Amino acid sequence: MAKKVVVIGGGIAGMESSAYLAEMGYDVTLLEKENSLGGHLRNWERLFPTMRLGQEVLDFLKLGIETKVNVIRNANILKINRIDKRFQIELERGASFNADALLITTGYDLFDATKKEEYGYGIYDNVITSAELEKMFMEGKSILTPTGKIPKKIGLIHCVGSRDEKVGHVYCSKVCCVTAVKQAIELKEKLSAVEIYCFYMDMRMYGMHFESLYKEAQEKHAINFIRGRLSEACENQDQSILIKVEDTLAGRPLKLSVDLLVLMVGFIPSKGTKEIGKLMELEFGTNGFYKTKDQHTLTNVSNIPGVFFAGSCTGPKTITNTVTDARAAVTTVASYLEGYNLEIRTKAFFQ
Amino acid sequence: MIDFGYKIQADRQINLDTTDKDLANFVRKHENSFNICIGCGTCTASCSAGNFTNFNFRKLQLFICRGEIADVKTEIAKCMLCGKCQLACPRGVNTRNVIMTIRKGLEEQL
Repeated sequence: MAKKVVVIGGGIAGMESSAYLAEMGYDVTLLEKENSLGGHLRNWERLFPTMRLGQEVLDFLKLGIETKVNVIRNANILKINRIDKRFQIELERGASFNADALLITTGYDLFDATKKEEYGYGIYDNVITSAELEKMFMEGKSILTPTGKIPKKIGLIHCVGSRDEKVGHVYCSKVCCVTAVKQAIELKEKLSAVEIYCFYMDMRMYGMHFESLYKEAQEKHAINFIRGRLSEACENQDQSILIKVEDTLAGRPLKLSVDLLVLMVGFIPSKGTKEIGKLMELEFGTNGFYKTKDQHTLTNVSNIPGVFFAGSCTGPKTITNTVTDARAAVTTVASYLEGYNLEIRTKAFFQ
Repeated sequence: MIDFGYKIQADRQINLDTTDKDLANFVRKHENSFNICIGCGTCTASCSAGNFTNFNFRKLQLFICRGEIADVKTEIAKCMLCGKCQLACPRGVNTRNVIMTIRKGLEEQL
């Protein structure tokens, strides 16, 4: 009989790992707490660095799990019991599933920008998040500020909720810099007369084609990149937003009014990541994401034998990273189920 | 009048809403590589003139972008057009033509 794997979380990592595991002959059940699959991918119109539609990647992922994966939607997990080497997962509605291995793909949530009160989100109408801007792109309507103006000047603020001890997230969210570049280009394409200012701490253009996208933003779209971190935003009488930064390359304070201020919100561990972690006593790292057994050599392995991780539940990842990580997790799960001792080499060298 | 010894300090803040971006727009229009600077400072580190004067091409570019152009004319006179910065620039900015275009822009606006 085929060994059973239960995958928890139907985002990119969960879908792609389920597809590969099922193709390899395992009996795969994919549990998703919501009514639809795809997670955050459903909320992004175009993807960096290719500008491919998010929907196309979603369709690709759906095709992988169409026939061989048992997909359970609206699945709220009540209990996970470990009996010898097997797991029993009980859902709220009474259903239960057995598994020889568990793959956790519970992903991330976006940082709540109201926590950065000095940036004015939730206080001033014309301050929005990168996710809300993307929603405007998704809806395909003309770009207007929340107070109904065609924006002439737009500010994009990098690192909102990332690299910031004051909100308890000291890590880099990896995707926001390039998302800002992508969204700045899209805004410029939709509103040719607009002036766009990106305020960054460092431009972290680490991906293979990110740097050329950044250069395109400067060269073709004349987007302004100013090195400096927003100290505070306040509202002018006409409801435009006055922002203050230090232009650190000029060594001078700088102020600017913008019609629309977009906050590039970062990754935080998802609610599901926290809940499943507590339920199973999985180890968390210092940043609140799951802790992997070794940062170099056991990147998909948890502290519980037979429980594995994939995707952004272990830290911020791009879609490319997530797909790669999902397939790496599949190799790890399959090796475990075939009886390979995953930790022996790591123990010999590092523990 | 009694001198109390007080004076008013000029505001050091760059106000991007009001500064003069005409020169920046002129250079952008005629030498597009002006836009692709990433502020790394390789130009300034390699600058022959910068060894003997306080000429700083990175800052010159930056202040033109910000519309702070009061000192541009005196600053730009320090460049000897040797072109070392152009050899060094990792981004491929045509620095000599940027300088020439700034000079042209200043002349045209006079």
